[in-house]
Amino acid sequence: MASVLQQDVTVGARGKLALLIHFVLLISRQAKVRLTKWYSPYSQKERAKVLRELSGMILTRAPKLCNFVEWRGYKVVYKRYASLYFCMCINQDDNELEILEIIHHYVEILDRYFGSVCELDLIFNFHKAYYILEEILLAGELQESSKKSVARLIGAQDCLVEDAKEQASSIKNMIAQATK
Amino acid sequence: MISICYSPLYLFELLLSEFVSGLTPYEKKKYVWKMLYIYMLGYDVDFGHMEAVSLISAPKYPEKQVGYIVTSCLLNENHDFLRLAINTVRNDIIGRNETFQCLALTLVGNIGGREFAESLAPDVQKLLISSSCRPLVRKKAALCLLRLYRKNPDVVNVDGWSDRMAQLLDERDLGVLTSSMSLLVALVSNNHEAYWSCLPKCVKILERLARNQDVPQEYTYYGIPSPWLQVKTMRALQYFPTVEDPNTRRSLFEVLQRILMGTDVVKNVNKNNASHAVLFEALALVMHLDAEKEMMSQCVALLGKFIAVREPNIRYLGLENMTRMLMVTDVQDIIKRHQAQIITSLKDPDISIRRRALDLLYGMCDVSNAKDIVEELLQYLSSADFAMREELSLKAAILAEKFAPDLSWYVDVILQLIDKAGDFVSDDIWFRVVQFVTNNEDLQSYAALKAREYLDKPAIHETMVKVSAYILGEYSHLLARRPGCSPKEIFHIIHEKLPTVSTSTIPILLSTYAKILMHNQPPDQELQKQILAIFNKYESCIDAEIQQRAVEYHALSMKGAALMDILAEMPKFPERQSSLIKKAEESEADTAEQSAIKLRAQQHTSNALVLTDQRPANGTPPVSQLGLVKVPSMTNTDQSTAEQELPHLNGALTVVDPQPPSTPSPDLLGDLLGPLAIEGPSGTAPQSDLGVASGLDGGVVAGALAIAPVEEQTNTVQPIGDIAERFHALCMKDSGVLYEDPYIQIGIKAEWRAHHGRVVLFLGNKNTAPLFSVQALILPPSHLKMELSLVPETIPPRAQVQCPLEVVNLKPSRDVAVLDFLYKFGTHVVNVRLRLPAVLNKFLQPITVSPDEFFPQWRSLSGPPLKLQEVVRGVRPMPLAEMANLFNSLHLMVCPGLDPNANNLVASTTFYSESTRAMLCLIRIETDPADRTQLRMTVASGDPTLTFELKEFIKEQLVFIPVPPRAPAPAPTPVPPQALPPTSPPTAISDPGALLAGLL
Repeated sequence: MASVLQQDVTVGARGKLALLIHFVLLISRQAKVRLTKWYSPYSQKERAKVLRELSGMILTRAPKLCNFVEWRGYKVVYKRYASLYFCMCINQDDNELEILEIIHHYVEILDRYFGSVCELDLIFNFHKAYYILEEILLAGELQESSKKSVARLIGAQDCLVEDAKEQASSIKNMIAQATK
Repeated sequence: MISICYSPLYLFELLLSEFVSGLTPYEKKKYVWKMLYIYMLGYDVDFGHMEAVSLISAPKYPEKQVGYIVTSCLLNENHDFLRLAINTVRNDIIGRNETFQCLALTLVGNIGGREFAESLAPDVQKLLISSSCRPLVRKKAALCLLRLYRKNPDVVNVDGWSDRMAQLLDERDLGVLTSSMSLLVALVSNNHEAYWSCLPKCVKILERLARNQDVPQEYTYYGIPSPWLQVKTMRALQYFPTVEDPNTRRSLFEVLQRILMGTDVVKNVNKNNASHAVLFEALALVMHLDAEKEMMSQCVALLGKFIAVREPNIRYLGLENMTRMLMVTDVQDIIKRHQAQIITSLKDPDISIRRRALDLLYGMCDVSNAKDIVEELLQYLSSADFAMREELSLKAAILAEKFAPDLSWYVDVILQLIDKAGDFVSDDIWFRVVQFVTNNEDLQSYAALKAREYLDKPAIHETMVKVSAYILGEYSHLLARRPGCSPKEIFHIIHEKLPTVSTSTIPILLSTYAKILMHNQPPDQELQKQILAIFNKYESCIDAEIQQRAVEYHALSMKGAALMDILAEMPKFPERQSSLIKKAEESEADTAEQSAIKLRAQQHTSNALVLTDQRPANGTPPVSQLGLVKVPSMTNTDQSTAEQELPHLNGALTVVDPQPPSTPSPDLLGDLLGPLAIEGPSGTAPQSDLGVASGLDGGVVAGALAIAPVEEQTNTVQPIGDIAERFHALCMKDSGVLYEDPYIQIGIKAEWRAHHGRVVLFLGNKNTAPLFSVQALILPPSHLKMELSLVPETIPPRAQVQCPLEVVNLKPSRDVAVLDFLYKFGTHVVNVRLRLPAVLNKFLQPITVSPDEFFPQWRSLSGPPLKLQEVVRGVRPMPLAEMANLFNSLHLMVCPGLDPNANNLVASTTFYSESTRAMLCLIRIETDPADRTQLRMTVASGDPTLTFELKEFIKEQLVFIPVPPRAPAPAPTPVPPQALPPTSPPTAISDPGALLAGLL
């Protein structure tokens, strides 16, 4: 008895150094990469390999199957939204559904920010997709589960950027630059 | 922002030229984004990293933001460029600007490495517990600290943090609380003892959430109070072995009961997922807490419901958790009631679910249901996808052997297995069946009959040819009276197969012919002639094995009656552990092996060098017992199966290629513009034009899944050899084995030059399955600067990985560096701490000094602290010559002739470190020929610390016995860090009288 316990403890011994989410990928139906974020250290070469393998695996899955695939001793939780696949890679013993809803949480925030988000929004504003992701995940863990709070932060960031732009274009600045 | 009409190559050129000319920060920002975009498209961007990093120090927010985010996307923790940024990042963290703090914390949290951990952890901790910081900074600080803790657990001081952690759990802001809970999970997973005070608080949080008390609207998700925080809290609770306090326990069980009972299936997918995420975590916690039987059976009932639902995710998780539940002994019978449903899942269209079902069936199999389950597996085998067949056949073979109700059934199963999936049946499987048949007389005629039946089939697999030829060779005479079983007929039917088989099978056939010839009584001249003609033909075969057999059999068959004795039946095999089960224990899943080969073909990890070694697997072929009649050695068969696998692998690889984008999708624009269908189920999206490939996905996956651990899995991996002994040997030499166990061998090769050292760790996987989650962490003492290159997470089968380690000696010290090494093999997690032989004497270089140099130096270093003297007692008695050898092997050059007294030794050496530079050290040992257990030692150098450390070091060497140890106490447990060779206390006390004498 108590083997469950033991197993959890040993898994924990490994888990302390392992991340919850190893990486996040957005891949289009045409296997184009729309966003990548790596929380575990992968070299450039490894990153390319992961992308190749996973897009081959996930894009070929028929609809209405489960949202988890087992891959190299990890699990990849993915969800398709229209033409885009959102994928997150976790350890085998992590809670899959929790991750699935983190994906949805992210998509909802994107949707709210762009107003009915589509793939093109994420192509032209891919930097925004990064900004938003940075507010939701950190160190491979969920950072903020309140949509309102994320929206507030992103709004504040946008304001800061806008302010800086205005400042830069003001006459005062022009003069300053001219005399430099 | 970027026109996608530009070809990426054009952008490339554009960017390169732009970077060369000077840029304003604004332009820089623009181009850095473009660079990231190109990078994302899959082009290797190896320029402009510097520009991205330099933007971090821009004064204005927009540029800084871009610098931070692009840097954390492009680089990983191992990039050198990151070091350039440490100071700027630190300034931002300790600065007053909140937005800058956030940016810096995000970068460190995402890609911070060890160096960041050491230099930034205190600042990050300050932010986390500061009351003046806003929640948005503190939640980032919590996760950032988590990252740093993962990189170096020492950054969090356990004593100081247990109270603070408990305080953090009182946090009202749920954002900060979620982050803190993640931090807590990491802390307790490492050391739950220190955080007991957090346990009741976790239960309180869980209660608050489950009752939806005081949870702001924005933190509910589809009406559920922060499901993520609930999951995290329950995860943290699973790291505490028990909940002792009865009140806490009661309220925890109330909450769990509420979750178990109160979760209903609802229409909304997201609400359903979120509530089930909580439910499954609760199930895991209940299993962990080993609750009352009633609650357990409640759990199994729930899981039984789940594996039958339509929603595939829930079905998958139901199967997965049921496999975990198997560990709880009481409920196995209840699980068995769901057998039919589980078998149905074996035919699920989804390979992920099929895998789970297979694992579960394998785990739940016992004597009572083995027949049903194995027959189901066999039936499924013919339709199973290639990715699963090897695993499936191995599992079926193991179950058949373990739980066979009778042996003839076992023979049936294995023969069917070979018939249906010959390609995936490893040699071990057929060797095993041959062993069984040989050892059980009542089985022999049955097996021979069965083998004979299979030979009638028009096309049979080569493995089947091998098995049936072997069995018929041994036992066909038992069938002689049956129709179609005369020696002649048996010979003909076997000989028909000869043109179709490979060279590895021919030797077996030759042995069979020899045996048939022996049983050919009364002699049938025609048969004899035919067989001899065959031997004759193969006598000139190019294959040595075949040739030898042909020659020997031919010569033997000329001997007539003597043949009977030589070719008698094989004796019984000694009982031994099934090689299959051994194999399964070694490599939890055999598909893992297969996919590992595939992995190896595709992946060459990072900057570490991967050398593969194709030695044949475990040496002795089980059947080659007596010299004469033997099965071909495994080397041959192994190679041939490897060859067979290759084309198959290549075939599978082509499938991996993503759908070529060349086929223009008619609704490309629809894809780009269509909303991401948040509300509707994902399946309603436009019909996939990739759907055709559904049959192919199986070939692609081959994920390295582990079979659910059914046996008790304790960390019982025993090291081979004495770790301490190996360490001491390595202190004296520069290459050798540091550690070895059944799975891995860690070798070391070192080069030392002045105060620099380059040590290469050779991590060799000894198995045919990959090692996962490999982690090597160096815990350097304060006087050494050590830098380990990236260690790949996976070591492919039979591969060796080299990991260079750079060492710089900063100052003299006897502290020892420790390598914290961890890997996972199957379900074994092995964690060892090994002392690294980067010891003091490695930084010594022997030097000869002439009397003219020695004496002035010796006199000028007149007394403490530069010159120390001590009488050492309890010295291991050794002749002077041996001591001189010992000194020389420690890089202390013995200079004969300097001391007129023949019982004394004088040695000199140069010590190198960054603080002392090259420093001459002089040693004098005065021994007493009457009592070899004591001596007087004087050490002198220009640096007081060095003198002291060197004196203690030499003393340790003289008192402690380096090689070979007198009592080799095997140390299976990890060597504790800093476990220095023990100096026996009495000798450590220096003799005051002697000291005085020295001073005078």
